[in-house]
Order: sequence, then structure tokens, then C-alpha cells
Amino acid sequence: MTTAPIDDAAIEAALGELSLTAPRGLAPDVLVEVGLADHYATTQSPIGTLYVAWNGRGVSTVSLAPGDADFESRHREQTSRKAFRASSLPPALAARIARRIAGDRRARVRVDLRGRSDFERDVLLKAAEIPHGEVRPYGWIAAEIGRPKAVRAVGTALGHNPVPLIVPCHRVVRTDGTIGHYSLGGSENKRAILAAEGFDPDAFERRSRAGAHYTGSRTTHIVCNPTCRHARRVMDKHRVWFRSLDAAADAGYRPCKVCRPASGAGAVAIPA
Amino acid sequence: MTMDTDEALARRLSDDLDSSFEALVLAHQDRLYTIANRFLGNAHDAEEAAQDALVRAYRAMAGYDTDRIRALQLRPWLATIVLNLCRNRLARAQGARGTLSLDREPPEGGAVREPAADPSAGPAASLDRREARRRWAELVVQLPPVYRAPVVLRHVDGLSYPELAIALDRPEGTVKAQVHRGLALLRTAFEASEHPEREEMTA
Repeated sequence: MTTAPIDDAAIEAALGELSLTAPRGLAPDVLVEVGLADHYATTQSPIGTLYVAWNGRGVSTVSLAPGDADFESRHREQTSRKAFRASSLPPALAARIARRIAGDRRARVRVDLRGRSDFERDVLLKAAEIPHGEVRPYGWIAAEIGRPKAVRAVGTALGHNPVPLIVPCHRVVRTDGTIGHYSLGGSENKRAILAAEGFDPDAFERRSRAGAHYTGSRTTHIVCNPTCRHARRVMDKHRVWFRSLDAAADAGYRPCKVCRPASGAGAVAIPA
Repeated sequence: MTMDTDEALARRLSDDLDSSFEALVLAHQDRLYTIANRFLGNAHDAEEAAQDALVRAYRAMAGYDTDRIRALQLRPWLATIVLNLCRNRLARAQGARGTLSLDREPPEGGAVREPAADPSAGPAASLDRREARRRWAELVVQLPPVYRAPVVLRHVDGLSYPELAIALDRPEGTVKAQVHRGLALLRTAFEASEHPEREEMTA
């Protein structure tokens, strides 16, 4: 029962049969890792099912969408990239996002802001500095990034924020002290998210309507944005309100070095 | 994939890396996965190595100037990258075990599933071919790495000897000799597996 000795040609033919097909997920994984495509998954949030897309460079999209097909086409429109459905967010990323949204500033979530102009990037990164539970007016961002006259452009850039909640554009309110618009499902969602962060949107708007845009302490003579953590510590009996920073300056108050209230912001006609 | 289309691909990559990279992935993923799989003998590790190789290729090209990308010989260049990653994996695995195990027991989920052969040849023939592939793959993965890489690149991936010399960074004469030696070892191993009793007698 001896077999004939095998020759080189037969071995080479046998080796030539050893080709394999790459697993289906390989190409998408590569493209996502280098940032030429994205993975996406849904996650539950208090304002509904959130779609989150990410790639090797960071989180690229956070949005509300009625379904996968709708999300994919919108993602493609906004980024010119394909989005591949994943069963869920990577657990480590999901945990960091949850901690970040809950206000833990040590939780680092990388974001992919390619395709944004330098101005838009500046606006979004500045908005990301606003602490959980606090708000700033559009004019504050404009002043902070050295473009004090670009208040309207700041609003537009925030309206196109590709990663809402992670970059908390909901913490930026209108210069007249009303809560304003929100790209992630409208202003009701903005109020709900702010309320969940311990901020009272109704009280804030009420005070703003009355002309109270800045608050200071009689003991320190420092004036703050009303939600600055230092301002919130001021006892009621020492608290004083100002319509504008000029008014505060006239009264001998200097701006807080932590929240850096911006002149101009708030110095607008108060709607009747 | 011929050399010509690889040249055209390198030109496109040099013009616009981001818009052409997917074409490179689609053109080379099967062969890189095959090289890694036949070298490592483990499907899961092979997928990671092939994926990592393509990611590294992208990042390398992102740092190259146009002329350097255009001059790349993609087939041997990518083979070098994936083989280096495979060798690192082997070295790490051996370091972790302390010794090189001869019984390559694939970890859970890593077993290589040989694809079904052309069913038109009939179920018996299809089973035979599948069994033959499994067997040859096993023999290849037991070759010493210094022969395994040239044999896989030459006879599984189909690189030419000049490409092999580039991929392995050795003179053409050396890689030729290594391929021949690898085939001789394979033949001995194959025949020993056909006649285990004879091997015992001569041992």
C-alpha cells in the first residue's frame, strides 16, 4: 500500500490551493481604524436612542435618527465616509462617554473634528471647557476665542456640532439669556439636558428677562457668569446682580478669573 | 493582481492616499490574511496581523512623500510588513510560553477552518481537497520560520524570486535556496506522515 513519492510539482500545486479569503470584517476594521470610515451603534439616553459613530481618531458623530438607513445617509452626507453598523459601542468608549456626559472632566473622549474649519474647531473646543451644570452665552465663546464680533457665527458653528453631548453645546445659551435652539431634537431637549445637570432653565430665563445677566459678591467685589461655581457659592445676602459688565465695573467689581465673563455678552436690549 | 495594476495603484495612492486606500485594502486583504494565516496557523491571530499590517501601511504612506509612495512595490512591501508582525507575535507567544511548542494547539476560536472546495466536483472529491488543504497547512506551519516564510510567499502567495528577495531583504540566491530547502523538508514531512510506521523503524 505504498504511495508514490511526491514530487515538487505536486507539492507546489498543493501549496497553491492554500489561499484564503479575508474575514468580512477585516476591510471595514482597517478603514475605521485609520479614519477613512466609521463604525456606529446606538445607545439609550434620556432624550431617546442616540446614534454614535466613531473611528480610530475619535467619536465623529452623535445624533438622533429614526433608523439605521437614515443615520447612514446623513453620516455620509456630513462626513463623506461610510458608516458600518456595530452591535454596540466598545465598552471602554461607552464608559468614557457616560462619565464625560455625567460631568467627569477627567474622562477623556477623543473627537474627530476633521472637515471643520479652524474657527468651528475653536468654537467646539471652547464649548467643551464649560463645566457640567453651568452655561455661557454665545458671546462668551466669541470673546474667548478672540473673535468677539463673531457671535452669530459661533451660534452657527455650535448648531453644526457633530458631537453634541460630548461637546456640550447645550451649555451655550443666547446672549439675551434665553436658552435658545438645539440641534439635537430642539430646545425642549436642551432644557431637559440642562435640568438633568442641575441647572434650572426657567429660573435662569426669568432672571435674564429681569435684566440680571451677571452676579457678584459684595464681599469680594468679583463679578461672574451666573452659573460659575464661584458665583453659586455666594450667599444670598452678599449677592448682587448686574445687567452688564460695564455696570459691574462702574460699581467697582472686577471679572472673575475662572469664568471670565465677557464684556458685550449680555449688554443687549432686554426683550420686553 | 498583476504588477501593472499594483503600479497603477501606487500611482493613485501617491496622488490621493485617502481616496485610494480602500482599493489597496480590497486588492491585498486576502493575500495578507492568507500569508498571516499560513504562517501563524491561527485564524484569529492572522486576522489581527493582517489588519494591523494594513493600518501600518496606511500610516507609513501618510508620512511618505509622493515619489516614495509611487516607487513602492506594494506586493513585497506589504508582505514584509505582515511577516514582521507575524514574527513578533510568534516571538511574544514563545516568550510567554518560555519554549516553542511543537504541538500547535490553536486557542479557542482560532482554529483555521478550511474553506469548502468547489461542490461541482462532488462531495467526496470536495472532502478530499478540504482534507488535503488542512494537512498541507499543518505541514507548512510546522516548518521552521526561516523556511516557512519563503515557502509561503513563493508558493502560496505566488511572489516572484525578485519580489521575494525584496520582501525578505535577502539575496535572490539565498531565498531560492531557502524555498528549495523548505520544499524538501515539506516532502520529508509529508512522506513521514503517509508512512508513520516506516519512520518508526528508521528512527
